[in-house]
Amino acid sequence: MAIREISYRDAINEALREEMERDPTVCIFGEDVGRYGGPFQVTRGLYERFGEWRVRDTPISEEGFTGMAVGAAMTGLRPVVEIMYNDFVTLAMDQIINQAAKARYMFGGKARVPMVIRTQGGAGRGNAAQHSQSLEMWFVHIPGLIVIQPSTPYDAKGLLKSAIRNDNPVIFIEHKLLYITTGPVPEEEYLIPIGVADIKRAGDDVTIVATSRMVHFALQAAGELEKEGIQAEVIDPRTLKPLDIETIVRSVKKTGRLVVVNEGHLTGGFTAEVAARVQREAFDWLDAPIMQVATEDVPIPYNRQLEWEAMPSAADIIQAVKSVVYR
Amino acid sequence: MTLDRAKLADMYYRMWLIRHFEARARWLFQQDLVRGSTHTYTGEEAVAVGACAALNRDDYITSTHRGHGHCLAKGGDPRRMMAELLGKATGYCKGKGGSMHIADLDLGILGANGIVGGGIAIATGAAYSAKVRGTRQVVVCFFGDGAANQGVLLEAGNMAALWKLPVIYLCEENQYAEFSPSRPFFAVERLEQRALGLGMEGIPVDGNDVLAVYETVRQAVERARAGQGPSFIVAKTYRWEGHTVGDPLTYRPAGEAEQWKTPERDPIARFGKYLVEQAGFSPAELEEMNQRAEAEIEAAVLFAMESPEPAIATLWEDVYA
Repeated sequence: MAIREISYRDAINEALREEMERDPTVCIFGEDVGRYGGPFQVTRGLYERFGEWRVRDTPISEEGFTGMAVGAAMTGLRPVVEIMYNDFVTLAMDQIINQAAKARYMFGGKARVPMVIRTQGGAGRGNAAQHSQSLEMWFVHIPGLIVIQPSTPYDAKGLLKSAIRNDNPVIFIEHKLLYITTGPVPEEEYLIPIGVADIKRAGDDVTIVATSRMVHFALQAAGELEKEGIQAEVIDPRTLKPLDIETIVRSVKKTGRLVVVNEGHLTGGFTAEVAARVQREAFDWLDAPIMQVATEDVPIPYNRQLEWEAMPSAADIIQAVKSVVYR
Repeated sequence: MTLDRAKLADMYYRMWLIRHFEARARWLFQQDLVRGSTHTYTGEEAVAVGACAALNRDDYITSTHRGHGHCLAKGGDPRRMMAELLGKATGYCKGKGGSMHIADLDLGILGANGIVGGGIAIATGAAYSAKVRGTRQVVVCFFGDGAANQGVLLEAGNMAALWKLPVIYLCEENQYAEFSPSRPFFAVERLEQRALGLGMEGIPVDGNDVLAVYETVRQAVERARAGQGPSFIVAKTYRWEGHTVGDPLTYRPAGEAEQWKTPERDPIARFGKYLVEQAGFSPAELEEMNQRAEAEIEAAVLFAMESPEPAIATLWEDVYA
């Protein structure tokens, strides 16, 4: 029997529904998540099933409801907060960085803060500078947080279920342009462990590490490169923190070449972090400089052509790969 | 009001415990044994003790950077607190938190907080949690007049009022916001007027009268447990000392503090007078409690001094659960 295909959005909805059925302490807080079913319809049907105390429509008060989730998590609930656009986390940063991430350590290991912040990022839809950013690295920088970015419906469901069961604050960043994409998701329950990368395509000539929507760009690029006889291995870390550096290093030791792709800005970004770690752990295996493909260091512009120019593309990845393969 | 003799004695004892704790904390800071910064609660003892006397052991509090008094009032162990101030392995936070991060989850103390207003949303979430879990727990959220200007108070207070959460916002109006008088930062005439915008009534109380604080909080707790929602209480008090130990206090009028340290205004002296005149305590009994509290704090200092430093390997512990 063929595995059914469902959308990324529905996969996330199923993860929420299953975990809420399983554990009565799982609650959702966020703007328009209840009666309306979520701005991206990710939470639809949950309010009807679980009621207002477990699927709470909040006022537009990001700091307030994120901080409430911290207090609720410290006292026995497992809140899942939805922040509509990851750009809005700026309003809740004190609660995430100073409270959620630090409570356990600074209280000497007594506190547990089992909460998930679901949000979505990324450009490509004409949402301009305040609704298109990729802010994952802000969280990757902070000890105490776990950061997940799923690229497929299968990964989104399995990782969100693991995130909800995890006893730490987890930042779970979806991509606005992946919600309607579809992929195979089995009917039966499964979990995907946090901190384990997935090799989305095997190859021997070059390693491409890509995250979130960039995984699809990398796979597209790999398909084009294959026509020229270049076999690219595409690795999706899935979890940015903790990072499965072993899987990446193992691949680089095989291919000798690395291209890192991430939709965040180039400077101080994920591509730089991966490059630094790989040169530290696999310097002697590298046959070419590590190439970084990331969003230009400009705010995301509104105009379609300008926006595309700012973001990484499959063509950018192909160019980067060729620059290391044909060196 | 029903406070038996033992409860009254316990409250009086705890007020002295706080006063002596802060005196020793200040001294230890001046000796360079306490690092960073330390904020003393001296002069505000009646607020924490009065409020916590109205709570059960499993009720929650959130505290502030000026948190020693709240922790002691809720039943915190002075030895583990003092050890934490000295950064020792036996401290509440194993030496990783220091003065501003003392927490005792077993006593419902959800943490002191280094961010002004940092406990406000957390307290509100704990109240939400109590409601979802169907316990009868309530939360007292301590914060200062400085924190009353943080936006999170509007956000969290509004939600608490909307959903009738069992939380009591207890503003300690000690008249100073960090290194400035707080008054020039309020557009409202009286701080309790802020509550109106949150859909609550603002209740002022004499924060140097421990029994008045107790009774006001007790009624708020009763309302909260009955599902009638949050309260907003403003306890009028006075910060005897600087924002931090070592604060030169250049912004405070000369002689002002002395007016608050008189027997008529000092919260401990006031309560002592009540106990002798209206509750049948003898001055000797009160003095004995004072001395016993002082001895307990001395023992705490000794415990802290003799406690081991945390092992270096603990640096990596408890980052993640």
